[in-house]
Amino acid sequence: MRMRRGGRSRRSAQAMTPAGALLTYLVLGGWALIVLFPLFWILTTSFKLPVHVYDGPVFIPYVDFTPSGHAWRYIFVDLANDTLRPYMNTVVVALTSSVLALALGTAAGYGLLRFRYEPRLGVVGLFLSAMALAAAVISLGVPWQIALVAALALFVLARQSIGRRFVRAVGNDDISFWMISQRILPPVAVVIPIYVMFQRFGLLDTRLAVIITYTAINLPIAVWLMRDYFRNISVELEESAAIDGASPYRIFRSIVLPLATPGLAATFLLVLVFSWNEYLLALFLTSANAQTLPLLIAAQNATRGPQWWYMSVLILIMITPVILMAIALERYIAKGLLVGALKG
Amino acid sequence: MPAAWIDRQAKSLFLFPAVLLLVAFSIFPLLVSVYLSLVRFQLVPGGFKFTFVGLANYRKLILGIEREHFLGLPADPTPLIWALGGIVATVLLVFTLRGVARAGSLGGLVSRAAFALIAVTLAWLSIRTLAANGRPGTLVTTMVYVFGGITVQYWLGLLLAYLTSQHILGRRFFRIVFLLPMMITPVGIAYTFRILADLGKGPFAPLWRMLGLAEVSWAGDPWGARIVVMIGDVWQWTPFMFIVMLAALEAQPLELLEAAMVDGASRWQTFWRVTWPQLLPVTSTLILIRMIEGFKIIDLPNVLTNGGPGTATESLTLHAFIAWRTLDIGGSAAVAYALLFLVTFSALSYISLVHRRLAGVV
Repeated sequence: MRMRRGGRSRRSAQAMTPAGALLTYLVLGGWALIVLFPLFWILTTSFKLPVHVYDGPVFIPYVDFTPSGHAWRYIFVDLANDTLRPYMNTVVVALTSSVLALALGTAAGYGLLRFRYEPRLGVVGLFLSAMALAAAVISLGVPWQIALVAALALFVLARQSIGRRFVRAVGNDDISFWMISQRILPPVAVVIPIYVMFQRFGLLDTRLAVIITYTAINLPIAVWLMRDYFRNISVELEESAAIDGASPYRIFRSIVLPLATPGLAATFLLVLVFSWNEYLLALFLTSANAQTLPLLIAAQNATRGPQWWYMSVLILIMITPVILMAIALERYIAKGLLVGALKG
Repeated sequence: MPAAWIDRQAKSLFLFPAVLLLVAFSIFPLLVSVYLSLVRFQLVPGGFKFTFVGLANYRKLILGIEREHFLGLPADPTPLIWALGGIVATVLLVFTLRGVARAGSLGGLVSRAAFALIAVTLAWLSIRTLAANGRPGTLVTTMVYVFGGITVQYWLGLLLAYLTSQHILGRRFFRIVFLLPMMITPVGIAYTFRILADLGKGPFAPLWRMLGLAEVSWAGDPWGARIVVMIGDVWQWTPFMFIVMLAALEAQPLELLEAAMVDGASRWQTFWRVTWPQLLPVTSTLILIRMIEGFKIIDLPNVLTNGGPGTATESLTLHAFIAWRTLDIGGSAAVAYALLFLVTFSALSYISLVHRRLAGVV
């Protein structure tokens, strides 16, 4: 609301000189051209024959060259299932992982704001050492189920016996910082162990593996943005609901979530775009079955040289859904992201 | 009373799933990665084996055969290089000494000194490898992408956001069009720019021919290739800066602007004295986000140039990926750790030196 009011009265506050207006339109129009021209070029390339591409540039369909549907026919008729499978993979993987990341991140972001957590440092250390121990024995060849259960048992035992002696505790801010800082991690630093892990579980080249991984890498963003969004929602409604005896889950579902719709929409779109377009992790974790669209596009760079026309068709069918979604959610994106950025 | 029990567990249930997933997918793999960076991977009949080699993988990067690839080839120091290095060293020395003067705590002092030491090393490396006779390695190339890219993206995004926030027709059109590049897969952008940048057959070929540049190849020139990669990056990520900054501009209270106008301030003065300072917290967060994400760049150089000519456009992630593909798993993990160190160092320094002051929060 505030934003729109601001926009409208700004118009009355400042009037532009004709020269200023002209310059403004020139700059904005110029950048619009820079943005749209590559998209126009992909669109026309998808209707070109190889000869049109290799004999130098032709620009306008029906004037410079006769458009041909050969690339579209190849992708949709000849390849059919080989296009459809990666497409469905991308849709399923991106949607599922975005929903999961949003669900977990929203819950965690809300928890970090409304509850006080103070895990003792020593207990955290114990837990991590137990996990490290599990990792070590798994790499020595012990089956992972046994190692994990043993490590957890060891942790519970240690916590019961010496856990009370630790005094120093970490607070909510430390946990938030730790979660958000996980986004700093370059995927390439963790991808090989993740690869080995999924190999052990027999999950390589499955959608499940990609979904779990994408959920994990997008979780920090979801926590960050949603926590900051919740901070701007007044706590009074929740408190009165709690006095009326509503459970924390009920309050979360029927009061907090509806109020956070713009934040949810923006976060969802951002996370969706990240998983929809992700390349590096998919390259490691998938081969034929779970292949996603970015890999299929890259695969058009065949030994005969790049197949520009096929690539263009694939890029077009890949970007259309996200672009439509972006247009639909455009208002929310700005609002949702801004709150996160203001509160850092 | 199971219902009451479940209610009491709400606190844990909200947070723990996220914590567990992050532990499994970050801490756990990170520990395994440490181990991988300390071993050599070998294929042996019937499988593979790991040989523990200590710090050899890191030594190879910094002193051994990978040195030129990773750190680059430093130019011989000329007076200019000495002068630049001297300026950086002096600034950082003053920074450390001021820390001594304030001397909050010993820990703060040590971290200041450590920051200054690492910063001066990185700066010295950058200056010497970026000089005329030097050749930057993947480390410096990545920093060029990140810091060069952010600078251009920020100012361009700010300019576009400011102009769009004015009273103009077609605001919604510009907002949506400017948002588009962010939605496109980097692989797709890389291929698109490869078509566009083709001097012989791309759309600008007639122009190049007219200018007599048709036979020149940007792909063969290190800086030409790097600039094409950076143009792709700027094209994709300026929208992110734009959209958030536009929202910030529109959310600004108008009273101050009006007061400035009444006092007779010009548009230029109003922007720099009133509007821009209010944007600083948002600016700071945007830069932090782009810095964290920017260091991970791989798709663009991989597709556009394949890291070439030579290794001129290789980023650290691409370097690690290529090492992995050639089954040098230990070397790959070592490069990945170097990247992790660089990102963590940059992000933490930025947060404690700049972000806290500008945004006032963590």
